[in-house]
Amino acid sequence: MTNHWVDIKNADVILVMGGNPAEAHPCGFKWVIEAKKTRKAKLVVVDPRFNRTAAVADFYAPLRSGTDIAFLGGVINFLLSSGKIHHDYVKAYTNASFLIDETFAFDDGIFSGYNAEKRSYGKDSWKYQLDKDGYAKVDETLQDPNCVFQLLKKHYSRYTPEIVAQVCGTPKEAFLKVCEYVAETAAPNKTMTNLYALGWTEHTVGSQNIRCMAIIQQLLGNMGMAGGGINALRGHANVQGITDFALYAQNLPGYLSAPADADVDFKTFLEKRTPKPLRPGQMNFPQNFPKWHTSLMKAWFGDAANKENDFAYHYLPKLGGASDVLSIFDQMFQGKMNGFFCQGFNPLASVANKKKVGDALAKLKYLVIIDPLATDTSEFWKSYGEFNEVDPAKVPTEVFRLPASLFAEQTGSYTNSGRVVQWHWKAADGPGETRDDTEIIAALFLKLKEMYAKDGGAFPEPIQKLAWAYRQPAKPAPEEVLMEINGKALADLEDPKEKGKILVKAGEQLGTFGVLRDDGSTSCGNWIYCGTWSQAGNNTAKRDNSDPSGLGQTLNWGYAWPVNRRIIYNRASCDPAGKPWDAKRTVIKWLGDKWGGSDVPDMRPDAKPEEGVMPFIMNPEGVARLFSRELMADGPFPEHYEPFETPLDKNPLHPNNPKAFSNPAARVYKGDMEAFGKAKDFPYVATTYRLTEHFHYWTKHSHINAVLQPEQFVEIGEELAKEKGIANGSMVKVRSNRGFIRAVAVVTKRIKALDVDGKKVHTIGIPTHFGFKGATKPGFIANTLTPVVGDANVQTPEYKAFLVNLERA
Amino acid sequence: MALQSLDIARSSATTTPPPSVRQTTEVAKLIDVSTCIGCKACQAACMEWNDIREEIGTCSGVYDNPTNLTENSWTVMRFAEVEEAGKLEWLIRKDGCMHCADPGCLKACPAPGAILQYANGIVDFQEEYCIGCGYCVTGCPFNIPRISQKDGKAYKCTLCSDRVAVGQAPACIKSCPTGALQFGSKEQMRDYAEHRVVDLKERGFKEAGIYDPQGVGGTHVMYVLHHADRPQLYNGLPADPGISPLVHLWKGFAKPLATVAMAAVALGSLYHYVTKGPNEVSKELEDELEKEDAL
Repeated sequence: MTNHWVDIKNADVILVMGGNPAEAHPCGFKWVIEAKKTRKAKLVVVDPRFNRTAAVADFYAPLRSGTDIAFLGGVINFLLSSGKIHHDYVKAYTNASFLIDETFAFDDGIFSGYNAEKRSYGKDSWKYQLDKDGYAKVDETLQDPNCVFQLLKKHYSRYTPEIVAQVCGTPKEAFLKVCEYVAETAAPNKTMTNLYALGWTEHTVGSQNIRCMAIIQQLLGNMGMAGGGINALRGHANVQGITDFALYAQNLPGYLSAPADADVDFKTFLEKRTPKPLRPGQMNFPQNFPKWHTSLMKAWFGDAANKENDFAYHYLPKLGGASDVLSIFDQMFQGKMNGFFCQGFNPLASVANKKKVGDALAKLKYLVIIDPLATDTSEFWKSYGEFNEVDPAKVPTEVFRLPASLFAEQTGSYTNSGRVVQWHWKAADGPGETRDDTEIIAALFLKLKEMYAKDGGAFPEPIQKLAWAYRQPAKPAPEEVLMEINGKALADLEDPKEKGKILVKAGEQLGTFGVLRDDGSTSCGNWIYCGTWSQAGNNTAKRDNSDPSGLGQTLNWGYAWPVNRRIIYNRASCDPAGKPWDAKRTVIKWLGDKWGGSDVPDMRPDAKPEEGVMPFIMNPEGVARLFSRELMADGPFPEHYEPFETPLDKNPLHPNNPKAFSNPAARVYKGDMEAFGKAKDFPYVATTYRLTEHFHYWTKHSHINAVLQPEQFVEIGEELAKEKGIANGSMVKVRSNRGFIRAVAVVTKRIKALDVDGKKVHTIGIPTHFGFKGATKPGFIANTLTPVVGDANVQTPEYKAFLVNLERA
Repeated sequence: MALQSLDIARSSATTTPPPSVRQTTEVAKLIDVSTCIGCKACQAACMEWNDIREEIGTCSGVYDNPTNLTENSWTVMRFAEVEEAGKLEWLIRKDGCMHCADPGCLKACPAPGAILQYANGIVDFQEEYCIGCGYCVTGCPFNIPRISQKDGKAYKCTLCSDRVAVGQAPACIKSCPTGALQFGSKEQMRDYAEHRVVDLKERGFKEAGIYDPQGVGGTHVMYVLHHADRPQLYNGLPADPGISPLVHLWKGFAKPLATVAMAAVALGSLYHYVTKGPNEVSKELEDELEKEDAL
């Protein structure tokens, strides 16, 4: 989230699209209700299903799953063509005025630079025109045909209300009504927040769904404002923390891009990641990359990382190719992997195409499960009848189950969707032989180190030299780990502005990443977490909920990254002169000599407004991007492409260009393309989702949750049920090209047939929570049905839009 | 004896006058249906606090699970899909004891002290005195009490009288994530509810209102409804609940007859207990006695 949970109460309009917070985030949803009660906010829900969020909404509009860009593109067109945008904001704080390379083009669904064979783009033309100093050229009048504003207008002029209705199946009046709600917040003193989750990410156009909303929020001037922002609702209490700590191989902690084969040496690695400013006088904060990276290496390797050895750069593995979840299981499927560690992960249930995952796991020599529960994955080799048809005699994989304690049985921190890091204390000891995750990993590490010492190995240094200065090496304390992550001064740190003045003494905990150095005199395990455990102690354990501004900015409750800032880009809540756009919701303002307010300013504290330092300090251009340059794999503007399994035989926006049917830059593996189903065999759109009674695949093991939602079901509209002769509560079989599930039919008025491109499209809803292990009635893994294809940028699988057929069972 | 904070105002089949020295505030639970998301956290909290566990059931084609109130499920969410003039609403109502000011169950109960009404308004079953006759079921206009298959006694929501006695809100209130459940004095709850009704009317629900039916003297569990003119839309919430005429008959001239009937209950119970065991007793007797009462 750019904002935070409590801040939702400051919104005037809450648009829920690509999420279902009443069901998936019921605790955070209280702030939506709060906004309704205290600000008379309007809640608008756009979703293929009338869900429990819609049940308390002021307005609901349906759409076909996988057509969010068509819908949002229509909203962009509405805002631009009706002039309902926050003009001053757009002009000052976005790249609307920037001039784009004259060779940039968009032709019938394909951007310039496309290579059909590689299914990827060369992005040389997706760039700003630069002047002789390397700064982007701008046209303040926004009239130049190559300026971003004109290109944006042209691109989305095709997204008329008629096209939206044709592609999405959303009735025109309903679409326009949503547009009106959204457009109200173009006023400087009105804001809209947007809440989304996996309903946007789990598509082959997932990242671009979110980009669409980013464009809308920029046009409305809602970024940086209280009650505004783009707010990703994270599923697991600590999934934000997981992301922050680089459980994706492409990143090192703190979103530092990990080295790859192409980064032949340390110098190349740093240069590629340390941008130059694209406009004069901008903060260009990522220029500090070498400080963050060096401090990380000092935290990891201590004295073994030094200037002479490029701070142990050669210890880091270099990415040779993709390493996302789909590629990992594809490599495993091809027999390229010997062993696999599953820590708090149930891939048999949660990765697309269960059959492929099960077959892949059966090619391993060993599988290690570190989990509090006996997961479905841990018994992938065991036959559970038609729920898991497998012959154990044919599975050579050796499976180890290491029982871990549950989060409530561990002390540590978790980071919520609003980036607030909160310490928690264990509530009980784990049962039986369970151990904390840190103990399990420590035991593994110490054993490996011992084996390298005894037996040698190809490259022992990264293991042998890893800093491990815990009081009990076999049991690192969570407190020690957070202190290490926060970082400390390894030498006295002198104030660069004043010789002889010591900012931090050697050995002291650091208070902010502002003091990090690239000379090896600081260590920090994750730069964005610097400040969580300062000299003052554990700031994540603070529990003072006082809220002087009344805006919910509780700066002494936990610690938000970065630097305890609650609303990022908050400089944009003021006009260029430093006056809040809405004085009633002042986040920060210019106080004459510095920035201050109810939040930690997202700006150099003494940057005078007349200096023109722009609010989006993480961008080298200083402003937000309507045009995303070469940073996205599938285009600088989002474009509607059909899901890889679609009921249509063409993309209604590009009926004559088969290349632009589905996302032209999405990766498809051999064998997976063939596993896509066609509409003639599988005529219905299916989408998977969560129910409020369960959390993912955990709570099916809990008696009370199982009582509240005991048995697998699928949701079917009344019209389709009638057509198929399916009675409410009867068993049905849902089949995709990859397998089938059998479940109870919930026949409902809440899923309507949609009129799409002249044909009637039915949607079938498939809750994901069930499986063959647990307290709930044994069921099928919903991901038996889903296709193996992911978002073009981050490879999140397309769980939300695929094709199935339906029959009585 | 009840805790001091739970002065008894009325006790079933008892004529001893209640204590009247202390001033007790009437409490109420408010269920704001318009902000309820049907998450069932209240159901989970109810099972946990009261140490009751429903069996794991099946899906019957709706989100309602457990599908009905039972001796182990003192509150359930009832989901109703209502579509009128092209507008769909998913009305989700938390069902459970309404804690009537004039409780039909208590009036109908022939077992001395088995049903109490505290001065704070809570209607509470004392299972140790319950004879399992099922009269409370007949007496209840909301179809709430359930006779246990296990011990033949009647169970229902206690409004967490144990928590309220020590100044805590009921477990369901504590667990509600959206604040759809509120607890306080009845007066406060009515004020708050009126505030919510204004908001709903502004959002176009012209018939929004408070459900606090006077046919049972008002209730200590109230609803805020978007369609207060048609409570039946919410999965059959009665529009005008009142105490069954059978109960009035029982409390009126038929009482001496009923006393005889009660003796029959006791004897019959013993007989059935010896011959058939406890489980089927109450149902059969209930039928017999109802016939008698109807005379």
